Amino acid sequence: MTLDLFFQTVVNATYAASYMALIAVGLVLIFGVMGVINFAHGELYMAGAYTVVALYSGLGIPFFFAVAAGLVFVGLLGLVMEYGLFRPLRDNPLGGLIASIGFLLILQTTAVLGFGVRMKDVLPPSRQKFVFPGHVVLTYERFYVIVAAVVLLSALWLFLRKSKFGWSLRACAQDREAAALQGISINNAARLAMFIGAALAGVAGALTAPLVSPTPYMGHPVIITAFIIIIVGGVGSLEGAVIAAILYAYVNTFVTTIYDGTLANIVGLLLMLAVLIVKPTGLFGAKERA
Amino acid sequence: MPKPTTNARLFWVLGSILLAVFLVWLPHMLTLSQQEILVLLVINILLVTSYRLLTLTGEWSLAHVVIMGVGAYASALVSKELDVPVPLAMVIGAATAGLLAFLLSFPLFRMKGFYFLIGSFAAGEVIRLIWKWTELTWLFGGPKGIKLIPPFPDIKLFSLDIDFYDPINYYYLCLIVVGISLVILYRVERSRIGLTFHAIHWQDKLAESVGVNTFHYRTLAFLISSVFAGLAGTLFAHYIGTVNPNRFDVGEMVYVLIWAIVGGTATFYGPILGVVVLTILNEVVLRALHVDEMRPMLYGGLLILAILFLPDGLESLVPKIKEWFARRKEKRVVNEERAMEEQPAE
Repeated sequence: MTLDLFFQTVVNATYAASYMALIAVGLVLIFGVMGVINFAHGELYMAGAYTVVALYSGLGIPFFFAVAAGLVFVGLLGLVMEYGLFRPLRDNPLGGLIASIGFLLILQTTAVLGFGVRMKDVLPPSRQKFVFPGHVVLTYERFYVIVAAVVLLSALWLFLRKSKFGWSLRACAQDREAAALQGISINNAARLAMFIGAALAGVAGALTAPLVSPTPYMGHPVIITAFIIIIVGGVGSLEGAVIAAILYAYVNTFVTTIYDGTLANIVGLLLMLAVLIVKPTGLFGAKERA
Repeated sequence: MPKPTTNARLFWVLGSILLAVFLVWLPHMLTLSQQEILVLLVINILLVTSYRLLTLTGEWSLAHVVIMGVGAYASALVSKELDVPVPLAMVIGAATAGLLAFLLSFPLFRMKGFYFLIGSFAAGEVIRLIWKWTELTWLFGGPKGIKLIPPFPDIKLFSLDIDFYDPINYYYLCLIVVGISLVILYRVERSRIGLTFHAIHWQDKLAESVGVNTFHYRTLAFLISSVFAGLAGTLFAHYIGTVNPNRFDVGEMVYVLIWAIVGGTATFYGPILGVVVLTILNEVVLRALHVDEMRPMLYGGLLILAILFLPDGLESLVPKIKEWFARRKEKRVVNEERAMEEQPAE
């Protein structure tokens, strides 16, 4: 591996880490606050990508407005899920899982009916790119994803640490009943977590739409990767999810570049199994939550 | 348990005979494509019932379909490459699935609950990716899998010639194999071992404190359920004639989960109810409505409705129906009594 290729792989891995972190953090937030595994998270990501397909490719609305619309639209989808599915099934995690699978099928079919099963090519919003010394290339689209991840995740971190709403979310994640006894509205916390978690997935999908050619089934590999990341990071930990996303993306990108994609997936899964065997609660997970 | 009265026993005997007659008669009333669905349905009944045995210990695995695939691959390979007779290959397939489950139990049962769920998923995906891996195409056939798997041999007895290429005959074969397996699974659950599984589910610390080795019993449940999942896989492989990694992916596993949860896992018949009702809804009712592209959406909607309005599964309807009948009977008796009382007054 030449030094140029090494740096190019670092850049590629940073991009991969960024969008994976956006998705995984949303999933962790939803799991932490509501205690439910959102299987439809990959389809929320897909919905974000198709918002860009519809608004930017279809109607010619500027790219960043389309991305913002994707954020709001997918966030609203999250609210619908919270109100319609997860609230009635609050004390039934397996039920929540099944309901989210049902919602996943509905979203997928909607995409198939609205846009067809074929890949949609989205024109890149700009053809410019950064060229670093040694022919290391970073296109603007990838750069946007990295910036979005850094900005949004920092904002989320500040929100959770500094604002009252953020505190109430963290309280719910620690102990729902105790939080309720302190006068925190669990419904509000769940709504907020679901909106933020879904919107993060939507942004990731919207921004990567020009890079991945959306299909209705694009959420499937993404949700698998996200599961690996949240397990490695520790199921309740947002910081863990970010660090695990970086770790996973680097390992995966390097193994893919040096060997092949299948081996990279096997290595990723073995990494996760190893973490689970050595420390079953993940790298940053504090306690066991079944 | 109170001894069943003669009436109840008569009811069960008659019911079993009627069910057997119905099951034998059923395929003759169906079209060819429906017969094929029926064969798969019988195989899926074994799959989901064996899955339930594991859930008795409180653990939910996402590797069950992959383990079914291990049985399918093993049986396909030994019968195709080593020319082992198919019935023996099926036994080898089921045993391989059990052996693999035994090996997997060492890392996996260090975890519980949600972690076990995801850990089993990872283990299953590793196996699936190994099948897919281009370096091992000479053995597992890569993403395209194994084709031209030898079918179940014809049985020639005197003038009788049973050709298992015919779905009806294969259905009868599956019915026999699955029937025997269900009896075994039922007996296991009702045995001391099965009771220990329940104990581990509800009170694992307490069970440990009275000397139950929970690790051994979890492994045992995983092993038994995997052997029968592998058997289901071998039935599948020699019927379809081809296996590939995508047939055993997490999407298929999700169906098994759905059958089990929508049916309910508190009773032995719950998951069977789930797989039968959902398969009929999906393959017969939704297909008859001619809404091909909309089918997954309607199926998803049905799932949501089922889980919202029947959180304890379809099995929870059975006692309700019984109660309804009992109440109606009671009402009729009361009405008759009242009628008797009122008559002299007229």
